[in-house]
Amino acid sequence: MTKGEIVLGCLAPHPPHLVYAENPPQNEAFSEGGWETLRWGYAKLARKLKTIDYDAIVIFTPHWQTYIGTHFLGLPEFKSKSVDPVFPNLFRYNYDLRVDVELAEAMHEETAKAGIITKMMRNPDFRVDYGTITSCHLLNPDWDKPIVTISSNRNSHYYSNEVMIEQAKALGEACMKAIEKSGKKVVLVSSHSLSHRHFVTEAPLPEDMSREHIYNHSQYVWDMKIIDMFRDGKMQEVVDIMPEYTEQTIAETEAGGLIWMMAAMGVPSYPAEIYGYQSVIGTGNCIACWDPNNNTRELVL
Amino acid sequence: MSEDSPILFGLYVPPHPQPLLSPDANQGYSNLRAAFETCRKRIEESDADLILVYSTTWPSVVGHQIQALKESIWTHVDDDFHYLGSMPYNFKIDTDFANEYCSAAKKRGLHARTVEYEGFPIDTGSVVALSLLNPDNRIPACIVSSNMYANRSETIVLGKSASDALIAQGKKAVIVVVSSLSNRMFTEHIDPADDRIHSSKDNEWNEKILQFFADGRLEDLSQLSREIHGQIRVQKVVAYKPAWWLASAMGQHNNYQGEVLAYEALHGSGGAVIQLTPSTGSFGDKEFDEDDVEFYQGDRNVLNKENF
Repeated sequence: MTKGEIVLGCLAPHPPHLVYAENPPQNEAFSEGGWETLRWGYAKLARKLKTIDYDAIVIFTPHWQTYIGTHFLGLPEFKSKSVDPVFPNLFRYNYDLRVDVELAEAMHEETAKAGIITKMMRNPDFRVDYGTITSCHLLNPDWDKPIVTISSNRNSHYYSNEVMIEQAKALGEACMKAIEKSGKKVVLVSSHSLSHRHFVTEAPLPEDMSREHIYNHSQYVWDMKIIDMFRDGKMQEVVDIMPEYTEQTIAETEAGGLIWMMAAMGVPSYPAEIYGYQSVIGTGNCIACWDPNNNTRELVL
Repeated sequence: MSEDSPILFGLYVPPHPQPLLSPDANQGYSNLRAAFETCRKRIEESDADLILVYSTTWPSVVGHQIQALKESIWTHVDDDFHYLGSMPYNFKIDTDFANEYCSAAKKRGLHARTVEYEGFPIDTGSVVALSLLNPDNRIPACIVSSNMYANRSETIVLGKSASDALIAQGKKAVIVVVSSLSNRMFTEHIDPADDRIHSSKDNEWNEKILQFFADGRLEDLSQLSREIHGQIRVQKVVAYKPAWWLASAMGQHNNYQGEVLAYEALHGSGGAVIQLTPSTGSFGDKEFDEDDVEFYQGDRNVLNKENF
């Protein structure tokens, strides 16, 4: 069997505002638009994905929070409605998705071998989190590829950002082993914002872009620092600086997604493709991808 | 009930699903389930018009969210304990009260809104509490979120707003806080038979908190919240808020008859079922360090030059 591989790694933030702004038929809420810089960036990355041959999307989500190990979706289909508990006015999305259970089980097995506490989720009533749905919808609106969702074990809360990084690295390496053994071509998705301090009030019209800006300048400066390192291919430095960055900006990197993806990809030293940066209700959001193929990697922005 | 309080009694209950889904897996879970049953009967025998729940497992970001959907129907599954089973629910919500509470919160300077959406994900703690305390929907309920950024002043005002709304509508309520004591769980799967409080330190603090509850010293606990947060709470949010909300809703004093009906481990965390009934006797009010607050005026930005 051919050795499996990661064909792309995507940083894909999941503010539900972006799906809301698109007005897809699956979402009940209606908007007049908004957050175009991110939406257009997503559209361009989605077009790139259409040109890539892959079998499954593996997504690490901060909104399936587990404290007892790392969990994997373990049933072939999930169909329900996802209502965002924080922004229910914006996101009430009817989903119908397929899971690559074989790949999920392989990852579960390799993760357990690595000494990480892990569990398959096989309850058919389980509601898939809105982070998974938002990122996957924006990357692949056709939903024509199966997914694997990995929960985020909250080591930052229980221990420290340093412990989170060590465990996320081990998880990434275990997932890579499973992918190689599977023979499949896989797109990894780390679903999260960068700086993550929200405004605690909302404009009467949420998509009123005259009200949107980063929560404070410090968040912005830190986000730019990280994005510059993405551009320069300094991902080991990003890993090294991650505890301080996460603490300073209350970043959603606390869940471990970016470290997981970097570890699985062997900590790339090539430049990331940047597709956009914009704030959503004060948080900093960057769409980026790491393309290991020298022939298809491009300078986007 | 004291003459000026619309609250018949307050309950403090744990959010974990074991007492609902697997009460027989551990004697402690059974004890908690039995305590929930006792509270259910007491609510049924009370004169309550409403059960109001403040849940620490419903985090909000945009202000304070208040459940207002008249019939909230779904099947909930817990993120961690999904293997214990599903939790179908059908809750009757007091929409009029939800709107009144939202209005009262706004009058006190809070950003608040009702949520009234089919399929809204009611949190594990609220589902467990209402399923066990009010299984037949005999009494309408309402649920309020715990804002993840809110600190003391905001939470105190949110509690007072609840009392305002009850008085405005002339309703009598049982109010329920859904929260662990110590909240550090084991980070591996355990045999339920082996469940215990995660550490001696957590247990000692829990026992101290339970002494205060048993003595009816709710305001004293409210004053100790920051210390409790630092000592035995995993730092998922900025503060330990349930005692703030409960104390401010019930009147900010120590005049309660306290009863600890159960205290057990729930996957390592401290789970207790506690009842506080307003009474005339008092343990006495101390000299409190923390100021009272009536209106929320927003965060004071210490970096703002206008403050210099």
